[in-house]
Amino acid sequence: MLRPLLRCPSGSVTTSLLRRSYASAPSKARLNIPTDYGKTPLLHHTSKSALANQELPETARNGTTSRINLFQAVNQAMAHSLRTDPRTILFGEDVAFGGVFRCSMNLQSEFGEDRVFNTPLSEQGLVGFAVGAALEGLKPIAEIQFADYVFPAFDQIVNEAAKIRYRYGSNADQYNCGGMVIRMPTGAVGHGALYHTQSPESLFSHVPGFIVVEPRSPLQAKGLLLAALESPDPVIFMEPKILYRAAVEHVPAEPYTLPLQKAEVLKDGKDITIVSYGTPLYTCQNAITAAEKDFGCSIELIDLRTIFPWDRPAILNSVRKTGRCIVVHESMVNAGVGAEVAATVQEHCFLRLEAPVQRVAGWTTHTGLAFEKYNIPDVVRVYDSIKTVLEY
Amino acid sequence: MEFLNPKTLPPISTFQIMNNDGIIEDESQASLDVRDEQVIEWYKNMVFVQILDTIMSEAQRQGRVSFYMVSAGEEGIMVGSAAALGPGDIITCQYRETGVFKQRGFTLKDFMSQLMGTRYDPGKGRNMPVHYSGRLKTGVHAVASTLGTQIPHATGAAYALKMEDREIGTSSPRVAVAYFGDGAASEGDFHGALNLAAVRDCPVIFICRNNGFAISTPTSEQYRGDGIASRAVGYGIETLRVDGTDIFAVYQATKEARRRALEDGGRPILLELMSYRISHHSTSDDSFAYRSLDEVHPWKSRSNPIALLKKWLEQKSLWNDDLEKEIRAQIRRDILSELKSAEKEKKPPLSSIFDDVYAEYSEEQESQRQELKRLMLKYPEEYDAEDYEGGIAAL
Repeated sequence: MLRPLLRCPSGSVTTSLLRRSYASAPSKARLNIPTDYGKTPLLHHTSKSALANQELPETARNGTTSRINLFQAVNQAMAHSLRTDPRTILFGEDVAFGGVFRCSMNLQSEFGEDRVFNTPLSEQGLVGFAVGAALEGLKPIAEIQFADYVFPAFDQIVNEAAKIRYRYGSNADQYNCGGMVIRMPTGAVGHGALYHTQSPESLFSHVPGFIVVEPRSPLQAKGLLLAALESPDPVIFMEPKILYRAAVEHVPAEPYTLPLQKAEVLKDGKDITIVSYGTPLYTCQNAITAAEKDFGCSIELIDLRTIFPWDRPAILNSVRKTGRCIVVHESMVNAGVGAEVAATVQEHCFLRLEAPVQRVAGWTTHTGLAFEKYNIPDVVRVYDSIKTVLEY
Repeated sequence: MEFLNPKTLPPISTFQIMNNDGIIEDESQASLDVRDEQVIEWYKNMVFVQILDTIMSEAQRQGRVSFYMVSAGEEGIMVGSAAALGPGDIITCQYRETGVFKQRGFTLKDFMSQLMGTRYDPGKGRNMPVHYSGRLKTGVHAVASTLGTQIPHATGAAYALKMEDREIGTSSPRVAVAYFGDGAASEGDFHGALNLAAVRDCPVIFICRNNGFAISTPTSEQYRGDGIASRAVGYGIETLRVDGTDIFAVYQATKEARRRALEDGGRPILLELMSYRISHHSTSDDSFAYRSLDEVHPWKSRSNPIALLKKWLEQKSLWNDDLEKEIRAQIRRDILSELKSAEKEKKPPLSSIFDDVYAEYSEEQESQRQELKRLMLKYPEEYDAEDYEGGIAAL
């Protein structure tokens, strides 16, 4: 947010001295202005709006809400699981004091050191530990401190956890990694640079076995995480870290699950389908608002929610309606999730398409600190691709 | 300023009960709780492994099985340690632990179903031979080829067992055990697993089979420290180095390790069982490309667990050449017969291509399954669907 401009008595204008140069927009910008999370239609600013969600069970819809942010929503979901299921345990680096993003605040004091604890600094160790514990019937929530640091655990994820059910064959229903959730903060914050910014979801979407989930908001996060903990398949739960504090909305106080492997249509439209997940959805919404006004079009916005296995029918139905598709994600365009969506869309909707499927994604480079706002898809790029498909 | 130089420290000594003539010199060290019938059973199990190994590696050369791994020289490690564990203990292993499966109840049919990938294999023919899936019957996790990944699984399993046993207040608490080789101990997962086990007081026994080789890499190129046992010290873990060819030493050591692992709420223990890999790494390896026959010979003829235990049994008049001939002939007959019938069996159903990746097929998998079926029905001559149980209809 820009600091307010100061006015001198003579009427001329000076800018405040404390601009954060890495988090502000050029003064004449109309499109590339930061998302106002307090006003975005993607969050529930009233209790009524939150409780109107048709995916909620009656118990939740008849209950109350509280206004919480993303880390508090994650905290609530984990607390509920720890409270109601003695098999749930939570561990990772620094979770005992509350976690570097506060997702585990007060959980060790409420549930004890046997169920909520710090592990030594070893992602491969702690994810391997989670696999062993899951196979003995526990429900381990393994926290990776940043998605950028998940790579030492890649072998345990891809070669072990993802293949355990398959190896067990006819005994798979007794021995599998269902109930295991690996959580990690993901995505750009504006100053995370090379190693606090990455979004590796496409890497986990290649070897099957895990369900890869990315919530866009506190209400979504609580329900999707509770669903993940009940899933018979292991889940990788990627939490957009910039939203931990920025996204605040009304969230039902009662526990509830939201469906995995199901996308959600956030906004109906008839001319273009925009597919995204996580933080870029807010960017897409800003671009849609400007484009619908400037071009007089009507745009459908879909949140994948589960990145893999993804809800192909929902996206294909939408594109059959609109004939135009844009996929938006932060991570690099090359071999990213957008490539999978685009290939599937062109394969099944080829004759219906009015324009080639567009991918608005990170450039094929790394997220250098000084250049983050050029790398992460911004409103201009989404707006411009809307223009491209309309005029094709 | 005194740097601690590990070269100045004495190497960790090796625990042994039998001497090279199969005699227990110090009877106070003998395994007092083991009956003679049990020792004979151990012997038969070791011989079984040896003969299975011989037949199956010949079978591989004849093209009857795609791959096999022999455990020659390590039969005492596998059978002796497994004999000392509890029935409810959970085990993860590498791939050279055939004797562990045998000692814990795997039948000939169980082995052969996996080796030949028949419809009786609980692993549904998905893994390479010797990657047994024995959790239900023997408490041993399904084997994976990745090295070292099984070690932190045992740490996690031990934690879960500790929590559960404490919750129900059991009088027979359990441990978890991870078997791994000297090469696998170089992997990062070894480090992560031991460190975590120590910090979280997990009742887990880490059993290293130090057989001198990781394929062609001798231990002199695998590490510079004093074997694997010395590493335990670095993690704050108690350790014992054992002569792996001495089955009594292996048994006693594992028993004591288990007792200690369950003491005071639980803690990890490391055992380093020394032996020599008499066999090639696998049927894809010719070890004489990197070592000489002369090097292997003494281990094959004298310093191997089967020869040593045979001497001990003969000295106690519990065994003789006639029994030897008889048991070997019987085991050989049984194995050959089981191999022949396994070869005639159908393979698992084609639905096993897509099953069990997830609890339910994903929508995408379902459409792929239909697509494969379409192709197989369109070009039936190009596929051998009848070799699989249920044929194409089972897809």
